[in-house]
Amino acid sequence: MPGKRPLFELKGLEKSFGGLQVVAGLDLHVDEGEIVSLIGPNGAGKTTVFNLVTGIYAPDAGEIVFEGRNIAGLAPHKITRLGIARTFQTLRLFLNMTVKENVMAAAYGHTRSTAIEAVLRLPRARREEREIARFAEEKLAFFGPRLVGYRLDQPAYSLSYANRRRLEIARAMGANPRLLLLDEPAAGMNPAETHELTELIGRLRTDGGYTVLVIEHDMHVVEGISDRVVALDHGVKIAEGSFEEVATNELVIEAYLGLRATA
Amino acid sequence: MSELPGETRVGVDEWVAQHEERLEQRRGLAGLVERAFGYVPGSARLGAFALVAASLPFWMSRGDLFAYGIFTLLYILLGLGLNVVVGNAGLLDLGYVAFFGFGAYSYGLLSSAYYGNHWPAVATIPLIMVATAAVGLILGLSSRRLLGDYLAIVTLFFGQAFVVFVNAANPEVHGQGLTGGPNGIADIDPLGFFGYELTSRDQQFFFLLGVVVVVVAALHFLSESRTGRAWRALREDPLAAEAMSIPVNRLKLMAFAIGAAIAGLAGCIFASVLTAVTPGNFAVPILITIYAIVILGGIGSITGVVLGAIVINVSFQFLAPENPQSNARVLFLAVLLLLIVLAVRPWWLATAVVGAVVGLGLVAQAVVEAVAPTWTGGTVIEGGRLGGVIQDWVIIPSGHGDFGNFAYAALVVSVLVLTRLRSWARTVALVPTVYLAMIVWETSFVEQPAVARWILFGSLLVALMTVRPQGLLGTPRVEIV
Repeated sequence: MPGKRPLFELKGLEKSFGGLQVVAGLDLHVDEGEIVSLIGPNGAGKTTVFNLVTGIYAPDAGEIVFEGRNIAGLAPHKITRLGIARTFQTLRLFLNMTVKENVMAAAYGHTRSTAIEAVLRLPRARREEREIARFAEEKLAFFGPRLVGYRLDQPAYSLSYANRRRLEIARAMGANPRLLLLDEPAAGMNPAETHELTELIGRLRTDGGYTVLVIEHDMHVVEGISDRVVALDHGVKIAEGSFEEVATNELVIEAYLGLRATA
Repeated sequence: MSELPGETRVGVDEWVAQHEERLEQRRGLAGLVERAFGYVPGSARLGAFALVAASLPFWMSRGDLFAYGIFTLLYILLGLGLNVVVGNAGLLDLGYVAFFGFGAYSYGLLSSAYYGNHWPAVATIPLIMVATAAVGLILGLSSRRLLGDYLAIVTLFFGQAFVVFVNAANPEVHGQGLTGGPNGIADIDPLGFFGYELTSRDQQFFFLLGVVVVVVAALHFLSESRTGRAWRALREDPLAAEAMSIPVNRLKLMAFAIGAAIAGLAGCIFASVLTAVTPGNFAVPILITIYAIVILGGIGSITGVVLGAIVINVSFQFLAPENPQSNARVLFLAVLLLLIVLAVRPWWLATAVVGAVVGLGLVAQAVVEAVAPTWTGGTVIEGGRLGGVIQDWVIIPSGHGDFGNFAYAALVVSVLVLTRLRSWARTVALVPTVYLAMIVWETSFVEQPAVARWILFGSLLVALMTVRPQGLLGTPRVEIV
């Protein structure tokens, strides 16, 4: 789409840990309403890109542009407030809080009442509490009957693995982002759950209105959801395009399987 | 819950998810009480507590009101402040007692004959709370970079530095030491509001009760708000909290400041009620007591803090040196009984063990008396109402020197043996061990009341925490699943 500025853009992003260059001059853009997949073998730097975007690491060089503004170097909570929320590959739920509280906690950034208002039970604090409770139930209802009903008030640790993955996504939705970063949402799920997740990511765009950047290893999921696929290896973009284009790219196959033996 | 047809998996999931809960649901009377307690709304609990507490001045002596009433309320206040930092935000702050001391000394300097300042409490309390919060903020800055044990070490040194400062540094200001050194500050004014002074114990008690009720309600509302939720989130996982739009550093500082302000408030009241402050009031033992209250009650639970403060302060005062030794014996017997009831299931077996202990004692005492009368000729020290019973039940020799020490060594050995035994052998061996413990108590511990008190207090805590590691009202936390 010529002339239209992308929602989110990385320009020449660089990050190294000691002597190890993890992200090397990465350019990437995500347009409003797009679903883009980031693939690559283990250690390619995909999760590091997420950590850079969400402010957990500061980039060595380059720009991270969101809605026309360079957000590189901002604190993570400020970046989330601007409209980028993520899930964690390793699952970092608030295990001892209830399912509903997990989502409500993420609403901190878009509520305003102060501690004093809460102590005095002033109208704004009470109204916001009601609003985010309803808001959280709405977000959880996105996943069908799995996270609502009696589950709302159960501690997160009582959830099954797949439900925890779903709650991770619900919690990220709780921060009210425009751009969702999903880090391996299908990891550890069985084929039926994976299939359901593929559908769900599609609904995140159509029903939820989110733009999605997803890291995924499961090629069925990548094929099923992606408008565009970006492949990374050693922190460098090696291919970009439709799933078919990337999946047949020599460099990508090489990165995953190694060099073809030559006679 | 409305279910879609064909969604049977949810039912299965529900059954699986509730499996643990079903296991945990306590049966019998204890379970019933526990569940009933859960249904009572917080406001009703607070009301009932305030009502019972308000009746104390009408039937307690002034001395008891001071020891049991006022001190319990002070401990509740201190526990509530610590609970914000440790319980809600999960920050291990070992310098907390310094805020208490800062509040108390500040009040002493602003309202006493020491410098001739006699500011009314209506001005000093808000001022000191703000000042203490500011000190808390400064200490809290260390929590931006330090976590867990490292934060604990830094804050512990802060607490120690405060005690050293008031005790030894004592810089000279206006011709005299600022903090009065080891003697502290004396002749502190009572709390004064618009010319009305709280001089009697009753007035002080009711004022303190009002403060506690207000603070409990305020902290409850705070914990149910977005701030409280954010604290819990950062306690669970600071990185995830930060990624979920929670400004972790600001919330940590806020927890430190609010906790410190409550400690400062407690300090003002403490100084005015005691009319004197000395460095020893703010040393490590007080810190440990406040921690014990929060941990015993169940970290993060406001009702738990109240209950923990009551249990700890009442047993403290009950065992105080000026109280007769028979108090300690009653508590000791209660602990033994509690241990048997908790360790032996089902109830009829526990009853049998208690019966066996009593029977063994009566028989052993009678046999020994018949064979060698000098071995039972000892007198019961401060027997109180139980004196006669103890005389006929426990073997107390007279003139056999080190018997108590040998019995103590034997008790240690038999407890060790007990831990190696399993099932019925353990139950059987429990009987002589408990009886031996009773002999040790009567022949050895009663002669050293100061030591016995602390051992008893310690074992009470160990027993309670073994039975309920999450504290009396805490919810068990799951770290990794």
